[in-house]
Amino acid sequence: MPETGINSTFSKSTGLPRKRFYRARAHSNPLSDSHFPVPLSPSHVDYSLHYPHFFPSSDQADSSKKIKFADIGCGFGGLLISLSTLFPETLMIGMELRDKVSEYVKERILSLRVANPGQYQNISVVRTNSMKYIPNHFEKAQLSKMFFLFPDPHFKEKNHRRRVISPFLLDEYAFVLEVGGIIYTITDVEELGDWMKTCLENHPLFEPLTEKELETDPAVKLLSSATEEGQKVARNDGQTFQAVYRRIAASDQIS
Amino acid sequence: MDEEVTTESRKETEVAPALIAVHPTGHHIAVAVGPELRIFNLLNNSAVSLHDDSISGDNHFHKDNIRAIRFGAKGKLFVSAGDDKTLKIWSAESWHCILTVSSEKRVTAVAISNDGLYVCFADKFGLVWVVDLNQTSIDKKPTPLLSHYCSIITSLEFSPDNRFIISADRDFKIRVTNFPKNPLNGAHEIQSFCLGHTEFVSCLAFVPAQESPHSLLLSGSGDSTVRLWDISSGALLDTCEVAVKAGLLESNDNTEEHGHAVTDLCTTLDGLLVAVAIQSLRGIVLLSYNVSAQTLSVAKVVSIAGDTFVPTCLANSPPTRELWMVTGVSSLPGYDYPSLARVLVISGIDADQEPVVLGDDKIPGGVKLLETLQGTAAVDDNAFSVAAEAVKAAMCNLLIKKQYPFENREYRKKTRNDRKLKE
Repeated sequence: MPETGINSTFSKSTGLPRKRFYRARAHSNPLSDSHFPVPLSPSHVDYSLHYPHFFPSSDQADSSKKIKFADIGCGFGGLLISLSTLFPETLMIGMELRDKVSEYVKERILSLRVANPGQYQNISVVRTNSMKYIPNHFEKAQLSKMFFLFPDPHFKEKNHRRRVISPFLLDEYAFVLEVGGIIYTITDVEELGDWMKTCLENHPLFEPLTEKELETDPAVKLLSSATEEGQKVARNDGQTFQAVYRRIAASDQIS
Repeated sequence: MDEEVTTESRKETEVAPALIAVHPTGHHIAVAVGPELRIFNLLNNSAVSLHDDSISGDNHFHKDNIRAIRFGAKGKLFVSAGDDKTLKIWSAESWHCILTVSSEKRVTAVAISNDGLYVCFADKFGLVWVVDLNQTSIDKKPTPLLSHYCSIITSLEFSPDNRFIISADRDFKIRVTNFPKNPLNGAHEIQSFCLGHTEFVSCLAFVPAQESPHSLLLSGSGDSTVRLWDISSGALLDTCEVAVKAGLLESNDNTEEHGHAVTDLCTTLDGLLVAVAIQSLRGIVLLSYNVSAQTLSVAKVVSIAGDTFVPTCLANSPPTRELWMVTGVSSLPGYDYPSLARVLVISGIDADQEPVVLGDDKIPGGVKLLETLQGTAAVDDNAFSVAAEAVKAAMCNLLIKKQYPFENREYRKKTRNDRKLKE
C-alpha cells in the first residue's frame, strides 16, 4: 500500500476518516476479558475528555449535566451523528466493543467538530463491553434513551447468552434508565426481532409505546434510516423489526 | 515448557480452601475440606454422622471439592455445595439431607434467606438460582433469580432485613438486588451497585444493625482493602487498607501485588469488631468499627505464634464470643494427606477484652473435636505453609484477570491499517 502522507487515513475532500482503514470483523466475542480501561464507577467518567466544549476543565464540580443517551454497539456512529443535531443540548455516548470501529467513530466525531464549529460537541464514543460494564459508566436512572440497533443476532442457541438483549441484562438496563426512559431496538433478523420483543414484553419493568407515541417520537424515524446497517437493509429492500419500550416504575407485586 | 506451566497451574486451580461454619447457637461446628463434610456437636461432645437416603454407605456426600457451606440464620438448615454441581440442604437438627439440587455449573456461593424459606446459590457463570423450600412438590428445580454477565460470583449474602440479596463478583462489583416476594419470577429490580474495589471482591459481611435505618455492608477484596458501604445508595463510606495498616505492605510497594488479598471477614455480634483474614498473614487483623463516624480502623493484629497458620475461613460463635478459624486445603499434590485442615479458636473477641489464641488442650470439645474436624489430632506444620501457598495460587488463577504485556498486545495489532499509517 503506498503511503501518501501523514493524514492518508483521512479523506482529502471531506476531512473525514476513511472507513477502509478501519475495517473490522462484524462479530466480537463479548465473553472474553478484553483490555481497555474501565471507569471504577460512574463518578470516575471524565466528562472533560469526552465533551471538552461543555466541560472545559477536568474539575468536575459542575457535574449537573450528565450523559442521557447511550447507543449500545454504536458501530460506525451513524445514529449518534444524526441524534447530535436533533438534540444539540443532550450529552450522548456510543459504546462499541470493536477497537478499530470505536477508533473510527472517535476520529469521525473529531473531524466533524473541526468541519462544523460549535456542532457535534455533545457526542462521544467509548470502547467498552457494555454487557459487562454498564454500571461502571452510568448511575441509577441516569439515562433517558438507550439504543440497540442491528445487534449481533447470535443464531446458535448455545450463543444466545451473548445477545445484548436478554432477560437478565434488561435488569441492568432498567437500572440505568430513568422511569419513563425509552429503549429502542431494531434488527433485520426476524428471529432476533421476536426474541428482543419477547424479552421486553415479559420484563416487569418495561411497557410498549403506543402506535401514536411511536409516530411522534423523532428518534424512531432514525432507527431504520440513520445507521450504516439500516441503510444497507434499505438498499437491499430488506425488512426490519423494531421493538420500542418504556421503563416503568416497579409495581408492588415484584418488589 | 509453556505447556508444563499450564498443566501445573491447572492442578493448583483445582485445590479448594478449607471452610468452617458455626451454628447460631454455637453448638455445632462444621468444617469442609475437599469433598469431605465434618460436623461436631459440642453439646454431647461427639462427631455428628450425616445421613442421605439417596446415597448409601460412606461419608462421600459430595463427589468433588466443597466450595461453600452455611447455617441458616434460624439454625434449622445447613447447606453445602461445590464443584460436583450439587447443592445439599441438610436439617441442622437431625442431620438428614432434606434435598439435593443439581446445578448446571459448579457452585461458588450459597445463601439462605433469613426466614429460612429460600436457598440461593451462585454458579461459576454468574447466574444466581433460587430454591423454594416451601414448594410441596418433590421435584424441586432451581429457578434463575439474577445474573452477573459471565463473571464468577464469589459471595452471596441476604441483608439482615431480608429485603435485599447481595452478590459480589470477580469483576470488582457488588450488586444489591431487591429480593422479591415471589423470587421464582426473578429479581429484576436492582437497588444499587457498590463500586470502588480495584480487584475481585472475595467476601461480604453485614454490620449487625445499630438502630441505623440503613444496613451497612463490609466487603473484602483482592485489592487488600476492606470497604464499608451503604447498600441503599451504593455509596462507599470508608476504605481500610488492611494490609498496609497491619504492616504487611508498604503503601507504594508493588513488588508482590496480589499477595495480600483479603480472604474472609467476620463481624462480632455487636458489630463493633471485624475479624479479617489476609492471604499472607499468620493470624488475623481486628478492625474496629466506629458507629457514629462510620469508619473502620485497625484495632490490633492477632498473630499466631509458632504455627504456619494462615486462616482460609473464619466463623463467629456469638454466644461464646469465640472466633473459629480453619486453615487447610483439599488434596495437595505431593503430600500423603488426602486433605489438610487445622482448626484454631480465638476467645475473647470483644471490644473490652484481650483476645487469646486457645491452645489445643483448651479448645472447646478438646481432642475429640480436633480429631473429628481435622481428621487427626496432630498435623504436620510444614504441610500448612505449602497449603497456604497452594490456596493463594489457586485463588490468583481463578480470580485475577490475566494481564498480557503491552508489547504483546501491540504486536498483535501491528497489521492494523489505521495504526500503521499514523506512525
